[in-house]
Amino acid sequence: MESRAIVRIALMAAVIGVLGMLPGVMLPIAMGVPITAQTLGVMLAGIILGPRHGALAVLLFLFVVLLGAPLLSGGRGGLGVLFGPSVGFLLGFVPAAFVSGLVMERLKTLPVFAAALVAAVAGGIVVEYACGVAGLMAMARMSLTQALLATAVFVPGDLLKALATAFVAEASYRGYPAAIASRA
Amino acid sequence: MMTDGLAPKTWLHRVPAGFKLAGLALFSLLLLPVDDWRILAGVLAVVLAVYAGFGRAGFARLALLRPLIPLLVIVGGVQAFSSGWHAGAVVSLRLLAMLLLADLVSMTTTMSALMDVLAPVFNLLRPLGVNPRKMALAVALVLRFVPVLLTRWRAREEAWKARTHRRVPVRLVAVFLADILQLADRVAESLDARGFDTVTADRQRKRS
Repeated sequence: MESRAIVRIALMAAVIGVLGMLPGVMLPIAMGVPITAQTLGVMLAGIILGPRHGALAVLLFLFVVLLGAPLLSGGRGGLGVLFGPSVGFLLGFVPAAFVSGLVMERLKTLPVFAAALVAAVAGGIVVEYACGVAGLMAMARMSLTQALLATAVFVPGDLLKALATAFVAEASYRGYPAAIASRA
Repeated sequence: MMTDGLAPKTWLHRVPAGFKLAGLALFSLLLLPVDDWRILAGVLAVVLAVYAGFGRAGFARLALLRPLIPLLVIVGGVQAFSSGWHAGAVVSLRLLAMLLLADLVSMTTTMSALMDVLAPVFNLLRPLGVNPRKMALAVALVLRFVPVLLTRWRAREEAWKARTHRRVPVRLVAVFLADILQLADRVAESLDARGFDTVTADRQRKRS
């Protein structure tokens, strides 16, 4: 793997961390739960770096978090995050970024905004919630319906984030066409 | 912020990182089948006592976990509602005890000590294409990028706020992203120029 790829992967891993640290920069608050921009970074990693490198960026981010860097939203980090009820959402970041990247790659003929929106919804919502719900069922011994109900509150916020992701992807592509790996 | 090297040392700091990780794994296996809330509450009390023994630093660390409380309440509440308060207590107590236990390891182990423990694991992964040297470079880059990105973002945000009272728009994030991607590509060029030779690193991997 060449230096350029390594540095870009590390950069996107850092972006995911930084987005988690900026609470509510531009995202609204849904029913008292502040929406952090962390998953925005995850979707962007897949869309910008492509499926493999995007997933690697998320893995690198998770690795640094587990080593103890307080980069998870709310300033959390360390091995404790593996034992929390939301671990499914956390580990789901990896397939979420991968699927976002895959969809983005497949939709080359669509305009960037539309392709990125579909990619963000597929990865950041469908895949991410599937993993998160599975995690809740395993860690908190909830039933499928219970887990679905408990997470449904966050879906509107994540739809907004998918929109924001598409917007950011399109605008940064215009600013620096080499930004998106699958369109460079 | 990124290292706890200056934090006061405790007895747990002196325990080798490998022991602490192994202990954590063992505890997670032992606690999983426990279904008696009294045992779990006892474990939680012991863990909390260790935190309290660390004094101010321990309490500060506990305070960091406050955002998790609502989720734990929801999880325990749903369980209590469907299968009785007993089940609810078991689930939340176990989650909390494991979380605090794992956090104890993180709090008393430096990042480099953990990396050292993991080095043999990375060496095992070599045949799968994991290059320990590149892995170390990537981790170091992430830790360096975070403060750099934060500073750059703050500068942009201030520039925006100096000019208008309107909220920082998503558009600013896009410009920022295009900007830092160019930064990354320049960093890669200077890495190559300074002799971080990824091609040789690859060749070394294939030879060994």
